[in-house]
Parts: sequence; structure tokens; C-alpha cells
Amino acid sequence: MTRRQPALAAGRVVPPSGFTARLTLVSAAAMAFLAVFALALSMATGRLASRWNDELARSATVRISAPAGQMAAQTAAVLEVLNATPGVASARALSAEEMQALLGPWFGPDLPLASLPLPQLVEIVESAAGIDAEGLRLHLAAEAPGAVLDDHARWRRPLVEAAARLRFLGMVSLALIAVTTAAMIVLAAQAALAANGQVIRVLRLVGARDQFIARAFVRRFTLRALVGSALGTAAGLGAIAALPAADSAGGFLTGLGFSGAQWLAPFAIPPLAALVAWAATRAAALTMLRGIR
Amino acid sequence: MIELQSVAMNYGGGELFADVTLKLAPGSFHFLTGPSGSGKTTLLKLCYGELVPSAGQVHLFGQELRQMRRDDTARMRRRVGVVHQDCSFLDHLPLAENVALPLTVAGRAADAAELAELLAWVGLAPQAQALPPQLSGGERQRAALARAIIMSPDVILADEPTGNVDWEMSLRLLTLMVELNRMGKAVLIATHDLNLIRAAKSQVAARVLRFKGRRLQLAGADL
Repeated sequence: MTRRQPALAAGRVVPPSGFTARLTLVSAAAMAFLAVFALALSMATGRLASRWNDELARSATVRISAPAGQMAAQTAAVLEVLNATPGVASARALSAEEMQALLGPWFGPDLPLASLPLPQLVEIVESAAGIDAEGLRLHLAAEAPGAVLDDHARWRRPLVEAAARLRFLGMVSLALIAVTTAAMIVLAAQAALAANGQVIRVLRLVGARDQFIARAFVRRFTLRALVGSALGTAAGLGAIAALPAADSAGGFLTGLGFSGAQWLAPFAIPPLAALVAWAATRAAALTMLRGIR
Repeated sequence: MIELQSVAMNYGGGELFADVTLKLAPGSFHFLTGPSGSGKTTLLKLCYGELVPSAGQVHLFGQELRQMRRDDTARMRRRVGVVHQDCSFLDHLPLAENVALPLTVAGRAADAAELAELLAWVGLAPQAQALPPQLSGGERQRAALARAIIMSPDVILADEPTGNVDWEMSLRLLTLMVELNRMGKAVLIATHDLNLIRAAKSQVAARVLRFKGRRLQLAGADL
């Protein structure tokens, strides 16, 4: 008989379990694959929320509706007020061509712009300090009655909230995946422990400590979870990397994925899955062992 | 080493036995006999901590059974060699590894020469690589004995070690036990085979304990 390391010996005392072992491996892989997507969803919506917040918060629009005769005068008055307002980095009236470009997607390129009573738009770029929207509104009302300030807060807030909610759901999905993985491994470990009841009793009778018996099972399930989730994570990352590239105008669907250092986050999935498997199997084994003297 | 004081056992459906006092000292040789169901196996289980008595005290190597933690029980069992009635092997491991199992679980490597010597002593050298289900009843009993003594225990407990074997093999197993007893080990054999007990009396000063009317008695010379 050859000399053998105790850890390997502990693994050998439990008979090999072909089919259930593969099931654990496949389930761990599937869970890791899903976890990669949940993580990608969380990170993509997180990025989206902060991008909307940043970009939209730093711009505002003043819309001037006035009779044709007064338009030029009110525009000048609005620009004058804006240039004197703290927190405004720059303010600029949109030209007819720019208005045409904005309206083009809705009305087509042949829109006779000059014949329509369109409001004049003034684009404001805010400085980092931001503007006092209420104060500016009052000021504008006094100087140019046809001017309305839109700081985008009204439609920005629900979008940012939706993105934040999606991000939260992504996190909940990750937590659910972790819990399901633990439950699945506990079930598999309990099945293995029950199937090996005779082996465990024999080991106990010849003087095996609980740690020794538990280790035989814990080792197996931890390794299976680690290998399975590594395969699943690799497949998930491959699938995300193979998604069509997101352009700057892309919505949240094409933006699904990781950017920069975020690509490192999925690599935490296999060690975490192994940790969950370790804790779950250990708890199941020690609970079962308490029933055997 | 093993001491039972006024021990009673009750499985819930009435009392199995009561007021059992027994002391296994180094070098002693005991037989335990009595009708089926009188509590022979239960008494052996008390001696290696698989059961806890309903009343009375069991001291195993100085520790009270109820105060032993699970790891204490594991360590105590490394000092007690048990030959179980049903042998209980790990069927997926070859005989040699089964015999060396107590060493494996204690984290020690088996010495190949010692293991070979032990297997030769019980006459199982040719079967070293066979799986337990391939062995005959007598071979399993001898393998169980080899496993029971590989840790060089202080006490050997055997539950019907000659249950499934012919007379010739019974005598061989008995001779092995007597040899161990001469090496200073305490031996307790539960059996209902009176011929075996008579055969032993010519080889060793054995005391015979008998269950009768829920009490354990020292049997006289009538055997």
C-alpha cells in the first residue's frame, strides 16, 4: 500500500458518484452563466443611470414662445439674463438649421420651418455648481414673459429612477442566484450523504472524527461548484463579449455588458460559488453527522 | 479500561436489562452469552459508545460516556477494536484499504510491510486487492478482525464473530483472539455458541457472563 496524503485519502473513502456529480457541475455552470448576466445588467443600468444623471443635469433649455415681432427682443433679453446668472457656463440660441435637424426625425427634411410659429430654443450648459432653477424662472418671467425654463428634471427623474430600479433588480437576481445555488448544493449534498449513510456509519465506528467525514463531502462539492461555475462564467463572459458593440446612442439593451475594470467583477463568481458550496455542504454534513453517534 | 456501573437499558418498550456492572481489565477474557434479544449487542454498543445507557454510568478509558464530546468518542474508538456482527466494510475499497481504514481516518499512513504481515496472520494475503463483496463469510469475519486490531487497541469487542462460519473457521478465529489476549489485550466476545466457549476454556482463563432474567450473571462451572 502506498503512502497517501490524508486529504486524498478522505476523498477516497466515499465512493465515486458519477451522475449526481455531473448534475451539480451543470447546475453550478448554469447558475454562474445567469449570474454573469445579472451582474452585466446591474452594471449596465448603473452606468446608464449615472450617465443620464450627469449629462442631463448639466444641461437645460429655455423655450421662448412669443409673437414673431417680439421674438428677437425676448431672445436677447433671455440671453442677457442667462449670461448674468451664476452657474450658467454658456447659453446659446439654436439656429434655424439646428431646429430643422431636431425636428427632422418627426416632420421630415422638407419642413418649411420659416412658415411655422416655432418657439425659439436656448441651450444652457451648466457649470459644476449648477443653477438655481426656481430663482432663474422668476427672473426670466420678469424679463421675458414668453420664456419657459426646462431643467429636464421632470423627465430625467423617472428615467434615472427606472435605471436605478433595474439595477436593484439585477442585484436581487444575483442574491437569488446565490441562494438557489446554496439550496441546490445542500440538496445534492444531502442526497449524497443519505446515499452514503452506511459509509459514514462505518467511518464513525472505526474512529473517524466529524471533520474527516465532512471533509470528504465538502471537498467534492466545493470542487464541483468551482469547476462548474468557472465554466459557466467563461461561457457567460464569452456571450457578453460576443454581443454587438454598443454605440454612443445605444439604449440599455445594446449597452448590456461590462466596461473597463468591471470586466474583473465576474471573475469573483467561481470563488464565491465555491465558498457557498463549502459552507452549504459543511452545514449539511455536520447536521447529518449529529444523528450518528 | 471499560467500566459499567449499575447500567440499565430501556429502548422505550420496557426494560432490556438493568443493574449491569462490568469491568474489562487489561488481559481479561470474557464471553457474553444469553438468548437472542437479551441485550448482548446492546451491551457491546455501550462499550464503544454507540449507545448511551438509560441509567447508570459507563466509563471508557476514564471518561464518562455522557460527558464525551464527538471527537472524544472518535479518539476512544481508536483504542477499541470492534468486530461487528455484519462486518460493515466500504464495498468500493479493496480489502487491504478496508483493513487499514482506522489508520486512514486517524490521518496515519499504513506501513505496507505491517499490513501485509497482518493480512498473512489472518490468512487473507491473497485476497488483499479483492473487494469485500467478493469475499466469503469467513474471509469477511477475519478481515473484520484484522481491521479491529490494526490500531493495536487495548480492548477487542467481537459480536458473534463466528456467526456465519463453519466450526473449523470458528476455532481459527478463536485462536487468533486468544493470541491477542496473550499479548495483554482485553477481549469480550458475544456469542451464543456454547461449543466455542468450551473450546476456549481449554486455551484461556475465560469468564462467562450470561444474561438471564434481565440481569447479567457470572456463569458457573456448568458450561
